[in-house]
Amino acid sequence: MIQPAEPSKTPVLSVEGVSKSFPGVKALDGVSFEVRPGEVMALVGENGAGKSTLMKVIDGIYQPEEGSVSIGGETVALQSPQDAKRRGIAMIHQELSLVEDLSVAENLFLGELPRKSLGRVDWKKLYADSRRLLDRLNCQFSPRALIRNLTVAHKQLVEIARALVYETRVVIFDEPTTSLTDRERLLLFEIIRDLRSQGVGIVYISHKMDEIFELSDRITVLRDGTPQGVLETAETDEDSVVERMIGRKVSHAARTDFRSGEDVVLQVSDLWSRGAFREVSFELRSGEILGFYGLIGSGRTEILEAIFGLRKCYRGEIRVAGERLDKHNPEEAIARGIALIPEDRKENGLALSLACDRNLGMTVMNQWGNLAHPSREKRLFEEYREKLSIKAPGPSYPVDNLSGGNQQKVVIGKWLATEPRILLVDEPTRGIDVGSKAQIHQLLRDLAAEGYAIIVVSSEMPEIIRVSDRVLSLYEGRIVSELVGEEISEESVGRAITGVGELASTAHDSNTSPES
Amino acid sequence: MDKFKSFFLEQPIWAFLIAITVFFSLFAPNFFDIQNFENILIQASTLGIIALGMTLVMINGNIDLSVGAILAFCAVVMVDAQSWPIFAQLGDWAILGAFFMAILAGMALGGLNGFLVWKTGVNAFIVTLGAMIGIRGLVFVYTQEQSLFAMNFLFSDIGMSSVPLGPLAVPTIAILFLVLVALVHLLLTRTVHGRNTFAVGGNPEAAVNAGIRVGPHMFVNYLILGGLTGLAGVTLSSQMGAATPNLGRDYELWVITGVVLGGTKLAGGYGSILRSFAGILSIAILRNGMNMMQVQAFYVYVILGGILIAVLILDKQLSSRKVRLSEQV
Repeated sequence: MIQPAEPSKTPVLSVEGVSKSFPGVKALDGVSFEVRPGEVMALVGENGAGKSTLMKVIDGIYQPEEGSVSIGGETVALQSPQDAKRRGIAMIHQELSLVEDLSVAENLFLGELPRKSLGRVDWKKLYADSRRLLDRLNCQFSPRALIRNLTVAHKQLVEIARALVYETRVVIFDEPTTSLTDRERLLLFEIIRDLRSQGVGIVYISHKMDEIFELSDRITVLRDGTPQGVLETAETDEDSVVERMIGRKVSHAARTDFRSGEDVVLQVSDLWSRGAFREVSFELRSGEILGFYGLIGSGRTEILEAIFGLRKCYRGEIRVAGERLDKHNPEEAIARGIALIPEDRKENGLALSLACDRNLGMTVMNQWGNLAHPSREKRLFEEYREKLSIKAPGPSYPVDNLSGGNQQKVVIGKWLATEPRILLVDEPTRGIDVGSKAQIHQLLRDLAAEGYAIIVVSSEMPEIIRVSDRVLSLYEGRIVSELVGEEISEESVGRAITGVGELASTAHDSNTSPES
Repeated sequence: MDKFKSFFLEQPIWAFLIAITVFFSLFAPNFFDIQNFENILIQASTLGIIALGMTLVMINGNIDLSVGAILAFCAVVMVDAQSWPIFAQLGDWAILGAFFMAILAGMALGGLNGFLVWKTGVNAFIVTLGAMIGIRGLVFVYTQEQSLFAMNFLFSDIGMSSVPLGPLAVPTIAILFLVLVALVHLLLTRTVHGRNTFAVGGNPEAAVNAGIRVGPHMFVNYLILGGLTGLAGVTLSSQMGAATPNLGRDYELWVITGVVLGGTKLAGGYGSILRSFAGILSIAILRNGMNMMQVQAFYVYVILGGILIAVLILDKQLSSRKVRLSEQV
């Protein structure tokens, strides 16, 4: 079929047959990718599928071995991010790259501060230009504000405004919503739609399917560095996207494996902590997974911290197997069989520069006496490598080089080594790709089946629904509802919170039909 | 009032400076005296001039441990070069020739540090630790372990001279110091290079992404520090009319102490010239005041060490309170 030459359909950015290898891996193999002006193109793929390599090619950090990149129909050889920026490509990184102790305006024009004679900064022009940029995004805050004093969402707006310094034709968002609240996320989507209507081409990279379906016009799927086709968002569904990503069918059988648990191992009664939560009471049984769902700031993480002895409570009590905790410190918690698997693996869970076995041995080393036991650590690692199917070449392999999913397994293994009865898991799959997510979920289910009592905290509703036997919903530091077994669904969990406060329609078009 | 409070919360060094000044004015005889204040400024000037450059380097997230050795080297060059044959025809102007040699030597050594930090990527602490030992060795080689004396008395006359300002005769070195404070302060707050200094230290990756050439930028700051250290070597040797091979020992520690007292973060990205000035001035006032109260020299060290740690603990607590305040808003 001959397509009529429609000017707006000419891609503003197009990548043709690009290949890029690194020693031992072909990161990209004949990948083509295009963005038209005024569309949101989603880019999805598991970690290691080549998304970031492709983006680095577009951003001028890597030069491709084969293939070409063209911007606005003109073939270009990008040499650096500055080069890409000047040609109208703006990259908004997942980790914000702002300088905390400089002003908003200075960050907007970082590296390009307007000059007067003697190398002096032209502050007047700087602030005026910055104001204009911020106004385009309806930002209320002053260009003179220090970045340090802004919220995460505002920082991200600064990052976006920075993309608009040049005549921008393409804006690339890499996992932009990771640290945003629901309301902030909606604001971001509004801005993205606004940019789209101004004719800017948007590339949107995310692991979150609901966002992709909410926002994108088309979806490009990558797997193992090879293109898996471009889909029209309106004509496809979540399952077929995930299938292309992971290369196999997804099963969506309705869950029937709810367990009600056995003995009560943890009893929390009327627990209060200043500024975090109040009147928290619940029981946890061995063999069940209890899900905590709530927005950021609802107190979910804080409750885990309190149980583990990291947070002071001024009222209430915690009993483990009927016996009261009285010291309220992590040492006591560990001794009584509690393990906390923290939210941020990199910050709290792992010593990144150390090898896998050293990380695994860290929690039990004290029990082994005062000497190091390298061979025992190695055996421990082998044991958990098998048990948790950790994909690592060997015990002395640095944890830093593992994928997110496998890092998480090392953290879980590290805590299982202390032989706990109660696992407190905070955001088990943050930043982990879809395939590994399913593995972690299965792992948690298996552990519960073995008799561990588990609490999972998550801000992702699908995750809570997939793993929990029972769900407690939290709102502003209080437990507002309890759902058991088959009562758990997106609607019921969503309603539990909507009943008390306002919650944006988190329940997107549910593609999870009972059959298939 | 709130503005007042938050100023002292954010910059506790000023409150500290005022407190010790009031304390010594009340309890140390002869402390509160214009003559003594001029003395304090002169005593502060050697460390202070170096601290200006050190602040730039530390905001960059680097450090320089070799400033004491560089200072000694430059002082030696300053004194020795006056009698170099190439300057023999110049008469008194040989002092100016030697001055340029000393500054040049400082910039060369500072530049060498900067170049190694830029090109090798080795941690600045290690690079300048090596430089500290090596340059001190060079000083001993150069001087054959002997002290050098300036033959031309004009040199020490310049060092001891003062400029009449109204009814006061203000020491030239004190004026030079204050002018430099103002200049480097403007450099840091008003110029593109100065603003980039914060960017490079605050988030090196962001600076690279923004197209700032981080390596050359750091090099320039080491060059500035080297030049200022050379100048401090000149002023110190002119006060004595001589240079000794052990000159400037431990100065790197005093300078860093002053800069850190002023609130500059060791991790980089945060700091201020005026507060470094206040930090250095605090050290000078403490030494001067305790001297006036006839505290024994060794106790002075104990007290200074204790104060450094106490001030930093206080600073940490104040800033965490500040964070809590801003969270409540």
